[in-house]
Amino acid sequence: MQIKRTLQALGLSVILPVASGLASADSIVVQSTTSTKNSGLYDYILPKAEQSTGVTINVVAVGTGQAIKNAERCDGDVLLVHAKPSEEKFVAAGFGVERSDLMYNDFVIVGPSSDPAGVNGSSNVSEALSTIASASALFASRGDDSGTHKAELRLWQAAGTDPSEASGSWYRETGSGMGATLNAAVGMGAYAMTDRATWTKFGNKGDFEIHVEGDERLFNQYGVILVNAEKCPSVNSEAGQKFIDWLLSDEGQDTIASYRVQGNQLFFPNAN
Amino acid sequence: MLFDAFSQAVALIMSGDPELFEILWLSIQVSTSALAISVILALPIGTVLAISEFPGKRLCVTVLNSLMGLPPVVVGLLVYLMLSRSGPLGVLGLLYTPTAMVIAQVVLITPIIAALAYQVMDDLHREYRELFQSLGIDSIRAIPTYLWDARYSLVTSILAGFGRAISEVGAVIIVGGNIDHLTRVMTTAIALETSKGELAIALALGIILLMLALLVNAGVTTVRSIALKKAYV
Repeated sequence: MQIKRTLQALGLSVILPVASGLASADSIVVQSTTSTKNSGLYDYILPKAEQSTGVTINVVAVGTGQAIKNAERCDGDVLLVHAKPSEEKFVAAGFGVERSDLMYNDFVIVGPSSDPAGVNGSSNVSEALSTIASASALFASRGDDSGTHKAELRLWQAAGTDPSEASGSWYRETGSGMGATLNAAVGMGAYAMTDRATWTKFGNKGDFEIHVEGDERLFNQYGVILVNAEKCPSVNSEAGQKFIDWLLSDEGQDTIASYRVQGNQLFFPNAN
Repeated sequence: MLFDAFSQAVALIMSGDPELFEILWLSIQVSTSALAISVILALPIGTVLAISEFPGKRLCVTVLNSLMGLPPVVVGLLVYLMLSRSGPLGVLGLLYTPTAMVIAQVVLITPIIAALAYQVMDDLHREYRELFQSLGIDSIRAIPTYLWDARYSLVTSILAGFGRAISEVGAVIIVGGNIDHLTRVMTTAIALETSKGELAIALALGIILLMLALLVNAGVTTVRSIALKKAYV
């Protein structure tokens, strides 16, 4: 602590009040997926959560893969992501205390209204992906190990297609977040898979529309995990647990359910 | 789109949106703090390198010049690994704070200012070394004269560093985390709006950032022209 004070005194005094704010007893860092932020959910629920719990909640929104890696490096108190197998692995390895289902929504496949592969109206995602592949229609993939990317790869596998062979031709891996990938897809007229929440709130849709939806395999489950203080002594377990308890409480779940964009509910709470 | 962005930028400024000014103010605080520290580090480095002779000097200059091209993302990653809770400086708890962003920008712009300062000082030293020697003044006592003579060029070097600091996004988004009301600055806000597909707002924020840069540079130019006038009256 002595070193910290010295460092902060060294010409950093301008920002000292802000800098020390993070380490205070009742503030936490949430390592999070991007969809919950880009869809505006946090802007809606966090003020209410902060008021109820008295905890200051700081969200770092990166892809699910990166969020898990950051939490494994102890750079967060709570993990809120959407890739159940990876989340269970995170808990099994001792990095997380316990995983709880929080809410769900679904993935959709969007594309240009001209629909070059002719998949519009399909509710069978495997068929739709096979059709896109055999038509060699452009498809923009996240390619960033995020929750959406992992789900997309599982669906390609289910469709019996390995798109990585076409990487660089019709299969374009952007290696970027959901928003950047959607911007790229709209820019080059490519199909893309996205969670419905991000898509609904997305402001640069161009002439794009939803082509494939309604397949139960497009289910998208979000989970929340407290980072384990035994692995990461810096974790603020008490405040982190307060936030998780609020999310899973009736009040938290009702708040999530009441978030609407253009009249549409984007997240469906399903905590046990 | 461009017109849309311009009118949004004007509307944002006119509305006095407190969130915009919070973000703008943090950008200025972080980058000026980084600039102050970098100048304190960089000017001595550039000066010493220019007036001293030692084996390996050319290598040092080459390395310094190359460091001007440090990719911000790499700087962000390195600073992240240092400040991460599981990194060597993790106990300080500085990750995801404005201080972390200052550190990243210092690493990024110190080489730029130092390398440019070296070039300026080296040119002067080559030109005046013999004159000073003939007057019996050694290099160290010549430093104040060099600094005064080079002040305008040095200010330009410092402005280059400031421009780099306030405009970069790759490093601060990794070590700051783009946390609302804590570490969100202009560039990370632009990145966020872009990822939401709100391109007009993103561009509007970009225009406001550019206006800030214009303001800073106009200020410096004015000070300089006043100083020049006084010098020749």
